[in-house]
Amino acid sequence: MASTKKSRTKGFPLEKDDLLDMYRQMCLIREFEEACAQQYSMGKIAGFLHLYIGEEAIAVGSIKAMEERDHVLTHYRDHGYALALGLDTGEVMAELFGKETGVTGGRGGSMHLADASKNFWGGYAIVSGHLLLTVGLAYASKYLDEDRVAVCYFGDGATNAGAFHEAMNMAAVWNLPVIFMCENNLYGMGTAVEHVSAVQEMAKKALAYDMPAMQVDGQNVTEMYEKTKEALDHCRSGKGPYFIEALTYRFRGHSMADPEQYREREEIDQYRAYDPIPLFRDRLIEEKVAKEDELEKIQKAAREEVEAAVKFADESKDPDLDTLGDFVYADPITIK
Amino acid sequence: MAREITVRDALREALREEMDSNEAVVLMGEDIGAYGGSFVVTAGFLDEYGRKRVIDTPIAELGIVGSAVGMAMGGMRPVAELMTINFSLLAMDQIVNHAAKMYAMFNGQFTAPVVIRTASGWGQLAATHSQTFEGWYAHVPGLRVVMPATPADHKGFMKAALRGNDPVMFIEHSLIYRNRGEVPDDDDFTLPMEGAEVRREGEHVTIASWSRGYYLAMAAAEELASEGIECEVIDMRVLRPMDTATVAESVRKTNRLVVVEEGWKTLGVGSEISAAVQEQAFDYLDAPIERVGSLEIPVPYNRQMERAVFPDKDTVVEAVRTVLAKDINTANV
Repeated sequence: MASTKKSRTKGFPLEKDDLLDMYRQMCLIREFEEACAQQYSMGKIAGFLHLYIGEEAIAVGSIKAMEERDHVLTHYRDHGYALALGLDTGEVMAELFGKETGVTGGRGGSMHLADASKNFWGGYAIVSGHLLLTVGLAYASKYLDEDRVAVCYFGDGATNAGAFHEAMNMAAVWNLPVIFMCENNLYGMGTAVEHVSAVQEMAKKALAYDMPAMQVDGQNVTEMYEKTKEALDHCRSGKGPYFIEALTYRFRGHSMADPEQYREREEIDQYRAYDPIPLFRDRLIEEKVAKEDELEKIQKAAREEVEAAVKFADESKDPDLDTLGDFVYADPITIK
Repeated sequence: MAREITVRDALREALREEMDSNEAVVLMGEDIGAYGGSFVVTAGFLDEYGRKRVIDTPIAELGIVGSAVGMAMGGMRPVAELMTINFSLLAMDQIVNHAAKMYAMFNGQFTAPVVIRTASGWGQLAATHSQTFEGWYAHVPGLRVVMPATPADHKGFMKAALRGNDPVMFIEHSLIYRNRGEVPDDDDFTLPMEGAEVRREGEHVTIASWSRGYYLAMAAAEELASEGIECEVIDMRVLRPMDTATVAESVRKTNRLVVVEEGWKTLGVGSEISAAVQEQAFDYLDAPIERVGSLEIPVPYNRQMERAVFPDKDTVVEAVRTVLAKDINTANV
């Protein structure tokens, strides 16, 4: 959510405060993910852990363009969105540690972060399933006249599943305010796009549903902001859904369990030249938005915030086993 | 005051009353609008409530349930209709992995109170349109699964489901829509979605069933009563949470149990009831529990073959005779 001031910084679509806030968020996500990898190897985090390293600009740029009332649903690589939406860093880390103080009380873990108070309806771990939930939330928004756009993030892998096509068709035929945000990082888990998708450019898939679509440089945070804003305006004006394909690359394995035998070191190095954080930092310095030391301070503060988050998570308690039966049913059950 | 109406009209009344009293209630499904619904439950609703509230969906069951779950999360009260329970298999992921998990997985932050209406049943429709899957859903914590028999239960459960906060699998049966029964004259009539009901008292044997099976049990009980055999008939009504205590209590009196279901017996609902009863009333059983189910084959089209697959009144009568003839205290087991 960008500040409402009209002024813009030269060469950028946003003013300085917002630009630096985006830089802060990207640094925070990067630091957070690096810390996660470390904590995972120390056995503090278990289960599946999918890192967002390399893709930070997508969550940060697109969420900056949204209003607080807009709905967000994501796939299981969900730490970045949670932090960009302003969930407490300590509580997110505590969730990964499975602690009582975690955002979902230790019940969800890495793949199922959520905060209903921020209209963040969660990370989902069945590929493409949440696209349909997004369609439903958008229907509710329209039906209840709430002027909310529902945004779902998913990977290129999700576009080959049935739920994707059912969701795209329903959103289009019901003319709903949905942004389908496809993060094309070239691999569905460990399988390259060309082996599993009939088309390489995901945006083409929107054609079948007569849905406007665009490809965006997912390593460029301000472009993500601008293009998402365009799509949001389209949805808000009642013109129906929009499809964005954000071109990106995952710098780390699919999950911590991934030995990465399906891609060459050279390829990874080549894409690391497009690391969204240094790219943005260089532009900020070049355009004289901020000096190097100012950005370094932001980076350092992010690191400290993550260190504090790890400490908070580590010191938090495990959930009470007496609560195991909570939240299975919302209404009481009286029979034995 | 009460009136005698059909199961179909009980459902129509429940849906209409809840739509009238709550704008958030909408109906969605294949051919529920212009066509009027495959089982004519929603005929006329489109004209009355319009396209915004009576939504003809694409033939895409996963999409129907998934979008309904999202609508429920967003503050609406969708009734997602799946034409038959056979097609609900296409929506399994949204029912089991999404609707049933929403409340617990996110630590109670939000619920997905979606009502999924679907119909079991058969009638020379061959293998993929004649199946019985209530047990599959009753297996899943987080779902409420009702499979009512009487018009009053259909109405009371539907209204309760639309006022409750949990996802509900509301399973109807295509062969009992015309069955009649008394329903209270009260726009606020709801029934808690739990508990089995003893519908007929008897001392010799307990028959537990639900949905159409309940009517078979009652018909069998009538016939056996003329011979002096008194059956206690229990309508299970709700399969999750399941009230097996009422069955066990009845067995403590009759000492014998027959469980009647239309599904395959192997790993079926009857297996669960039998296991629960032996846990709760083992010492009271005078004979092995008799389970009635359908033949374990893909259902054939031919009328005679199909008839031979599903239990009918005579199968139930025979099962009662079997359970009465056996006695674990004597040598004839």
